[in-house]
Amino acid sequence: MLNMSLHVGSTHTPEAVLFWAMAPLAVLAAVGMLLVKKAVHSALLLAWVMITLAIFYIAQDALFLGIVQVVVYTGAVMMLFLFILMLVGVDSSDSLVENIKGQRPAAILAALGFGGLLTSLIGRAVTHTDAVGLSLVNANGNVQTIAQSLFTQYVWAFEVISALLITAALGAMVLAHSERKHASQRQLSVDRFRQGSLGATAGLPASGVYARHNAVDVPALLPDGTPALTSISPTLEARGDIIASEPFTLSATEEEED
Amino acid sequence: MDISNYIYLSAILFTIGAIGVVVRRNAIVVFMCVELMLNAANLAFVTFSRINGNIDGQIASFFTMVVAACEVVVGLAIIVTMYRSCRSASVDDASLLKR
Amino acid sequence: MTTRNDLVYLIALPLFSSAFLLLLGKVANKWGHLFATLVSASTFGIGLYEFVAMRSRAGDARAATQKIFEWISVGTFKVDASLLLDQLSICFVLLITGVGTLIHIYSIAYMSHDKDRRRFFAYLNLFIAAMLLLVLGDSYLNLYVGWEGVGLASYLLIGFWNERPAYATAAKKAFVANRVGDIGLSLAIMIAFTQFGSVTFAGVKAGAPHASPAALTAIGAMILLAAAGKSAQFPLQSWLGDAMAGPTPVSALIHAATMVTAGVYLITRSNFIFDASSTARLLVVIVGAITLLFGAIVGTAKDDIKKALAASTMSQIGYMILATGLGPIGYAFAIMHLLTHGFFKASMFLGAGSVMHGMNDEVNMRRYGGLGKVMPITAITFGLGYLAIIGVPPFAGFYSKDKIIETAFNAGGTRGLVLGGAALLGAAITAFYMTRVVVLTFSGKKRWDDQAHPHESPSLMWIPMVLLSVGSVASGYLLSKGSALVHWLAPVVNPTSAEGGKELMRPIVVSELALGVVILGVFTAIVKYGKNVPVEAPHGSVLTRFARRDLGQDDFNHRVLVLPGQAITKGLVAMDFSFIDGVVRAVGWVLSYFSQSLKKVQNGYVRSYALLMTAGAIALLATIWLVTL
Repeated sequence: MLNMSLHVGSTHTPEAVLFWAMAPLAVLAAVGMLLVKKAVHSALLLAWVMITLAIFYIAQDALFLGIVQVVVYTGAVMMLFLFILMLVGVDSSDSLVENIKGQRPAAILAALGFGGLLTSLIGRAVTHTDAVGLSLVNANGNVQTIAQSLFTQYVWAFEVISALLITAALGAMVLAHSERKHASQRQLSVDRFRQGSLGATAGLPASGVYARHNAVDVPALLPDGTPALTSISPTLEARGDIIASEPFTLSATEEEED
Repeated sequence: MDISNYIYLSAILFTIGAIGVVVRRNAIVVFMCVELMLNAANLAFVTFSRINGNIDGQIASFFTMVVAACEVVVGLAIIVTMYRSCRSASVDDASLLKR
Repeated sequence: MTTRNDLVYLIALPLFSSAFLLLLGKVANKWGHLFATLVSASTFGIGLYEFVAMRSRAGDARAATQKIFEWISVGTFKVDASLLLDQLSICFVLLITGVGTLIHIYSIAYMSHDKDRRRFFAYLNLFIAAMLLLVLGDSYLNLYVGWEGVGLASYLLIGFWNERPAYATAAKKAFVANRVGDIGLSLAIMIAFTQFGSVTFAGVKAGAPHASPAALTAIGAMILLAAAGKSAQFPLQSWLGDAMAGPTPVSALIHAATMVTAGVYLITRSNFIFDASSTARLLVVIVGAITLLFGAIVGTAKDDIKKALAASTMSQIGYMILATGLGPIGYAFAIMHLLTHGFFKASMFLGAGSVMHGMNDEVNMRRYGGLGKVMPITAITFGLGYLAIIGVPPFAGFYSKDKIIETAFNAGGTRGLVLGGAALLGAAITAFYMTRVVVLTFSGKKRWDDQAHPHESPSLMWIPMVLLSVGSVASGYLLSKGSALVHWLAPVVNPTSAEGGKELMRPIVVSELALGVVILGVFTAIVKYGKNVPVEAPHGSVLTRFARRDLGQDDFNHRVLVLPGQAITKGLVAMDFSFIDGVVRAVGWVLSYFSQSLKKVQNGYVRSYALLMTAGAIALLATIWLVTL
């Protein structure tokens, strides 16, 4: 591993060439990700940026991290993105017209401000001494060094992170699960016949089908045979002039008679 | 070549990602810009680890990657749910908290 | 200074009687008036007793004091509720209680048909109590309590028949005009306290020689203002005519004999101030001279008998005020005229009440005429009072008024000539209009129809009138015989100092001059009014109409005080609404404007919130950038 890397531990000219070749392309890709219409194109450009970063990691003596970047990030995460894109609509493209007033100019201003401030701050903060380099630390190899630190000093964080992974997976399963299952035709029919009265089976008859009287003071019958007191004028009700409609309700015996 | 160039690159990528969140309307693209920001941060970590000769920066970067992966999982599940209920993947449509 | 223990009863008896009658209500309606009269008579009894006791004491011991309780004790400011009965106060005590009791008796008959008679007597007693407190107080602050009390009693009594809005307004006018004067008294007390550290008469008298002339003039001017308000002098004289809205006994007691003379009492009591400040004295004589002419001119044009008598009162008090400004000797003559005036004016007012009672409350003299035959007792008592007021010897007014005219001329130089001339002129006009009143009312052809039924008043009414006319006849002679009053009051007002025996005109010359102008006035009136008097008042000349309108006093007050005052108030209200409330409303408006503007930030779009977050991050970076510069 050590031999295959490009002069790690120092920033010699080959690294400079590597940097100045890849970095502008990465920036272009990022900007492109911002500007292209189709979402799939954005995903691909992001993948490009991630690969470039992986190369940078390897160039900076972070071999394990570089491989993990390619395998996990570009491989798993970006693929996940692409799957979801397919689900949501691969043809979906944003219209370029901005509907929030002043958002674009504000965004450009924010970009300039943010970037400018960051760059100048970094310029002030970072001194121009040479990097120490990781050759000493990586004496046993990068993976071993990481393992040594990870499982002794950071083991607690490691356990918590794994719990987080499990939780995230469960959460995603819960969120994406849909319970809805439509009942089949047979099940629907069985349910219908098992309701309270047979009246619901074939649907209730229209009003007036079982009427025995059309007098003003006798209440009308509802489709299931019970009297509807709202069919009588409230004056009659207040005066107590209603004739009971019990004799007129439909009962089981009478039905059987028919 | 100055090693701080990597830091500058990280800053630029971070800014681009931040603006992308503000400008793009498709929820998934917004998410991808968030990923870009995380990656930029990772680059900075790795560079600092190299500058200081300490492996802790890489460990931090590792953890960031794991967390980012979890976040992507949950976030995309939310986007899918949102898409199922509103048939739209635009963040502008989730504006029920208007005044 | 002796200490007496019964002085407090002079005030306490009428005060508690008043409260008692007011609180008992209708229960006391049958006997309330008798009870009140009894109380008033017993007060007179105590006053008489004190007078006799005082006369039996020698010079310095004549003044009596009684401390009732310690009233105010704040830091260096100590005021006790104490009473002082000296030679000056006893004159007033006797006048108030004596004339007051007679008027109480008169009112029993005069108010016999009134359903509120008990309340009337309660107020009368209240007045007696307050007026006694005024003259018996030993400090300016105690006097002020009584001062306010008589103002209150006057208000209650003028507006006694308050069902009539015009009467209630007259009461309010009197109170407000009095209040303006009261500001003067308050300021005088305050200046006195800052200058002398004390507000008692003794304290101020002790400190007066050492005070600055400016302070003394200020106190004097403020006291003059107070006196002008209470005694209806120029420029606060507008309320006295309207005060005739009250029942006639009230006019007789309060607005003739006692309350309106409180101003004279105040100035006399403060003689040490006025003796020390010639500017204040000058102001006093100016006010007195103007008022005596003002009242006289107004009196010539009034057809209402009570208003004519009121104008006469204003004029006579002008004489008294003039006298008080003429130096130490003037005080005694002012008090003498005050006492004689109390008799004859009260007697004439009671006579006017008797005429009104007989003529069914008609006050317009043009509807009188020839009443002398029908009301002989009234005519005689009124006539005696008339002779007294115009200054015919040997009646009371002759002695007192001539002394004042004499002292006015003796002031010397142009001032003496002007003041004396004004006093003489006033005497002439007084003779004219008083003769007019008498001729219009009691002599000539009758101008009333038979439905009027004028009749003599009941005995309870004419007995007090007769007793008072005895005073009109005899009081002047008795008070001036051997300079009795002057010597009696000397310990209080020090007339032996200053005057220096100036006598520019011999008294006999003054008397002849005065008598001459009086005869002139009487003849003019008889000639003008003796024959035919039109029942409807003729249009009259410009001067007559102007005098009928009280020489424009109400118009002046309205234009100069009321309208600008209302304009100022309206302006202040508008300013309060637009400016002060405007500021408050503007604050609210600004806040709501900002909140409306800020509301627009929450548009529900995630992206704008993201932009805000970015802005926040930029702010943070900028801070770090600035800090690490």
